[in-house]
Amino acid sequence: MSKNTDNDSSHNGKGRVAKPISRRAVFKMGLATGIAVPMSALGQPPNRLRPQPGDQLVFEEGPNQDALVRPELLELEKRPLSALARDPATQVLRDGSRLNRIMIMRIDPELMSARYQANVAEGVIAYSAVCTHTGCDVTNWDEGQLRMACPCHESQFDIYDGAKVVGGPAPRPLAMLPLEVVDGIVLVAGGFRGRVGFTQQF
Amino acid sequence: MIRSSIFLCCSLVSSLLFAQALPPYNPVTAERLLNPEESNWLMYRGSYDSHGFSNLNQINTDNVDGLVPIWSFSTGLREGHQAPPIVNDGYMYVTTPQNHILAINARTGDLIWRYVRYLPDDLQQFHPTNRGVALYGDRVYMATVDSFLVSLDALTGELIWEVAVEDYYNGYYMTMAPLIADGKVMVGVSGGELGIRGFIAAYDVMSGEEVWKTYTIPAPGESGSESWPGDTWQTGGVPVWLTGSYDPELNLAYWGTGNGGPWMGDTRPGDNLYSSSVIALDVTTGELKNHHQYHWNDSWDWDEVSAPILIDFERGGRSINGMVHAGRNGYLWYLEREADAINFVEANPYVYQDVFTSIDPVTGRPEYDMTKKPGTGYEASFCPSLWGGKDWPPAAFDPESRLMFIPANDNVCSTMVGEEIQYSPGRSYMGRGTSENGGFFVRPGTDHIGELQAWNVDTGERAWTTTFESQNWGPVLATAGDLVFMGGTNDRYFRAFDSRTGEILWKQRTNSGITGVPVTYTLDGKQYVAVQSGWGVDAQREQNLLNMAKGESHYVPQGGVIWVFALPD
Repeated sequence: MSKNTDNDSSHNGKGRVAKPISRRAVFKMGLATGIAVPMSALGQPPNRLRPQPGDQLVFEEGPNQDALVRPELLELEKRPLSALARDPATQVLRDGSRLNRIMIMRIDPELMSARYQANVAEGVIAYSAVCTHTGCDVTNWDEGQLRMACPCHESQFDIYDGAKVVGGPAPRPLAMLPLEVVDGIVLVAGGFRGRVGFTQQF
Repeated sequence: MIRSSIFLCCSLVSSLLFAQALPPYNPVTAERLLNPEESNWLMYRGSYDSHGFSNLNQINTDNVDGLVPIWSFSTGLREGHQAPPIVNDGYMYVTTPQNHILAINARTGDLIWRYVRYLPDDLQQFHPTNRGVALYGDRVYMATVDSFLVSLDALTGELIWEVAVEDYYNGYYMTMAPLIADGKVMVGVSGGELGIRGFIAAYDVMSGEEVWKTYTIPAPGESGSESWPGDTWQTGGVPVWLTGSYDPELNLAYWGTGNGGPWMGDTRPGDNLYSSSVIALDVTTGELKNHHQYHWNDSWDWDEVSAPILIDFERGGRSINGMVHAGRNGYLWYLEREADAINFVEANPYVYQDVFTSIDPVTGRPEYDMTKKPGTGYEASFCPSLWGGKDWPPAAFDPESRLMFIPANDNVCSTMVGEEIQYSPGRSYMGRGTSENGGFFVRPGTDHIGELQAWNVDTGERAWTTTFESQNWGPVLATAGDLVFMGGTNDRYFRAFDSRTGEILWKQRTNSGITGVPVTYTLDGKQYVAVQSGWGVDAQREQNLLNMAKGESHYVPQGGVIWVFALPD
């Protein structure tokens, strides 16, 4: 299991029930403060699990959409591409939670900060696609400064420094997903390093 | 769940501690909403006509310089605190980002209860804010960013019901204050950046049962559907994210609508009804009775979601049952409202605008300089910027002086280029490529951005303008004390202006920048002014781009505080 299977208050994949609930029902559910019910982390369907060690990666976009990610399919320091993990045994795509979304790209591994070198596989890196500010998809790319950027509030992340925040309101880096290459195929080497997504304030 | 238990405990303690200081709750009736007493502020803009005006005049041009803070309350949250404090006979209700509601004893500033909504971890918040509650009976209503409508007990904060308005996972979210009329609570949905199909829905104010749902994009076969090619209507955006105005005589609610999506008009050739429009809905049935489209086939992200202010004005010797809208497209629109039509009267720019080449004098349809219209693979610059001459912060109207007060931004422009994009549920569906400096620039040779403008609605002429070097994201309150209150600038000031001249008569520096809607009310006969200070969302985003454009690093601290002001006893 990866470290980040505890994000269990997320979408159940079935849509949400649009029925009013009665005052009595609310009390029965112990929800007097009106708090949405978190789903149990137990028994999550496999497509909702965070990327697991040994998972393959599949392109979600670009010229190689739906193909397995291999280092040679990525150009050096070009726009990151969206990808998802897939269980090689069951072929289950981990598309059941948007917290599973990652952005992958090819870098020069020698330029990566030392503390993140172990997460790089033949120049391929993967960061969570979910911004740590308010959870938007980090889909923009500043090729001049080699920064991933969030289209919602302009947060910017340094790809060569573990997605360190270098601009905008994001409070912490994007989570990094350790990778390895086995038989020419990029695989997940461990759970996300860092918490995925935003943290609600209370 | 432990956290929620603790929180419930604390909320109840607060309630017990301060219960004795509270008066009996005065239920909000339909009659009170139709004729709100000046001692309270019962809805988003104070009244159904969206004037944002109060008849109170204890605080006036002669004494406003003596205004002092009475109490303040820290919300403990960051990001955009935009909601007005809604006040009902001593009870104050304030919403915050992340969908908290604070119920506060307006006399003392003590917390009565606090509602905390636990949001899903996989939620994305393009706009982390909320613009306030609606009141009815002994209940409080809020639209949430995970797309629920909740109804709470006004005295205890207990949840009575909640309904899922739509599925947040598909990009729907809500930030507006609900509109309550005719026994219904009405909300619209945000998500124009995420490939939604916008709508307004009405729910029975007591039971929460859906009464009607009206889409802002017609389905094939419906009137206006010919303005959307292929399947584009299904993901064409056109959100509604600000509270509508309501004309009880016509039983019509007037809502502003957002732009189409993706952002580039060439992805959806046609007028794209009812995008960037005002639409009139029959409140009983939800039927779309009439509309006026401010501009067609938007490519500039010019939402026109601000509801028009219902103002009867004079033109050509004729008294017109009208409405006035300061468009994000930089034009000031005068329209006539009738039971079966919205008629164009007049439109003129109120900030520098370089896109429209003409306006049809009969229909109001603009023509464009097509070199200023971005497209897929075609980069274009245009003014005003994508945030427009006025974004969401509401304007106000003083019926006595006949002046409308517009919180405007001038001299800032955008550069945009479109890129091809594929729809995927709940994912960004803007199709905007990358431009230099974030696609934002200040017009060379200009000395300011923010403005507070005053326009005489009967003559159509500008009375005065007060300028600010900073951008302006300040909602406006006007009072019979010949005052206008507004914050909005990046120097954190809350200001009072002489409504006849625009002169700044008083200012108070606050904890953060003010993008909250100011209100005024009385307690025991004494007038107060309240506003939230809490910078964030697009005001901060524009600040980031201004810093980039100017090579500066101006910092606006975040964190929400409710401020209440009054004259010393």
